[in-house]
Amino acid sequence: MSIRERLSGNEAAATAMKQINPDVVAAFPITPSTEIPQYFSTFVSNGSVDTEFVAVESEHSAMSACIGAEAAGARAMTATSANGLSLMWEMIYIASSLRLPIVMSLVNRAVSGPLNIHNDHSDAMGVRDSGWIMLFSENNQEAYDNLIMAHRIAEHKDVLLPLMICQDGFITSHSIENIELIEDEKVKEFVGSYHPAHYLLNDKEPMAIGPMDLQAFLFEHKYQQAEAMRNAKKVILEVAEEFEKMTGRKYGLFEEYRLEDAEIAVVCMNSTAGTTKDVVDELREKGIKAGMLKVRVFRPFPAEEIAKALSHLKAVAILDKSDSLNGVGGVLFEDVVSGMYTNGNNVKALSYVYGIGGRDTTAQDITSVYTDLEEVAKTGNVGNPYRYLGLRKE
Amino acid sequence: MIDKNTPAKDLTIGGNIYEAGNAREFKTGDWRSIRPVYISEKCKQCGLCFPVCPDDAIPVGKDQLRKDFNYDYCKGCGVCAKVCPFGAIEMKTEGED
Repeated sequence: MSIRERLSGNEAAATAMKQINPDVVAAFPITPSTEIPQYFSTFVSNGSVDTEFVAVESEHSAMSACIGAEAAGARAMTATSANGLSLMWEMIYIASSLRLPIVMSLVNRAVSGPLNIHNDHSDAMGVRDSGWIMLFSENNQEAYDNLIMAHRIAEHKDVLLPLMICQDGFITSHSIENIELIEDEKVKEFVGSYHPAHYLLNDKEPMAIGPMDLQAFLFEHKYQQAEAMRNAKKVILEVAEEFEKMTGRKYGLFEEYRLEDAEIAVVCMNSTAGTTKDVVDELREKGIKAGMLKVRVFRPFPAEEIAKALSHLKAVAILDKSDSLNGVGGVLFEDVVSGMYTNGNNVKALSYVYGIGGRDTTAQDITSVYTDLEEVAKTGNVGNPYRYLGLRKE
Repeated sequence: MIDKNTPAKDLTIGGNIYEAGNAREFKTGDWRSIRPVYISEKCKQCGLCFPVCPDDAIPVGKDQLRKDFNYDYCKGCGVCAKVCPFGAIEMKTEGED
């Protein structure tokens, strides 16, 4: 029988890590992810895990220690947020290019400056092309479930890429919700033990990792990473299927909410999906054919599948909780519309940047997006597609 | 053997090397812009040059005598020419006689 509990998102992540019982955890505290290593260090102290906990002096060192541990043949995990991830930047790329399946809990927060500790997705979007698999979680349950699935995906022989599980800082990380935990033994069996094919501490096979990689080779090694990322899509679905057999909870590349017969829809990630589902239900009561698509797997980006899932709509709005400052639109918008274009999907699309620096996004805000979509669906006139939600402009 | 013609599917991931003692296969001589030239008539076999070579570019035979340079590894640093008391090593610009 599964265990019914009530935990915050950070507690849920720390609990998943406890059940996974990795060989090494190296982390440095930063709001709002601090509690994850904090709770985990308690598990280390009281002996409920046998993990080597490395209390490093910076996030750069946290990622470096994870890289060293993983290269040596150990299973390594970490957690961070915002500027912590920024400080890891150099090592984030080293981890993925050395093909080390490190698992990170990223509690999303605005990257400074000016200084802000609240939720948006600017930290995650900064590493979107770094070769890490990125899964987003609507609530505490998903943050927990995604972590339980993480190693099976990252360590798969066709993948071998690091992976981060994202959840919204404070909104889910510090909110206590009901959660269904899996029994320790079942998690242990599901995650399995780690037996890398090649590792530094193997005295039967001396090896060099991260050698010089010049003009004749780097291109091919990057292609290998891109291939691994493409392979990950299938593996993510296979692991999700197995997870569903164990828990009854179903996960895909994305979640479609009342999308099948919808005429207008919102695409979003993380906790905003919860608010949006409520709005969709309200609009449906009024006879408005509203739907939602929540992206779970952001990297690898399921461009083709999303384009197909949205193809029957009259208009779609893509919500970005990070402004790209590129003079155009948000990352998710760009990814979704380029997927639509290359797959021959001509649905009218709007970009909304919202929730920056923890700005509250209410049901009313989301409702206004659907109102805009109804207008676009009716007139076929998009106007300015690059919009803001909840911004004091004038 | 992996070389510049090996396709991506046959390369190890991340460029990992699953064997030891392979620095020998990495020939670095083409980094050189000046070249040491060994003048054997002037050489007294004093043995000062080969220990200061930062690479493995001055071979010494079983007979304890130094041989001509191994240009596969010599980067032209000139340390050997500097220590030679007999002018038996001359540095010349690559591409010139």
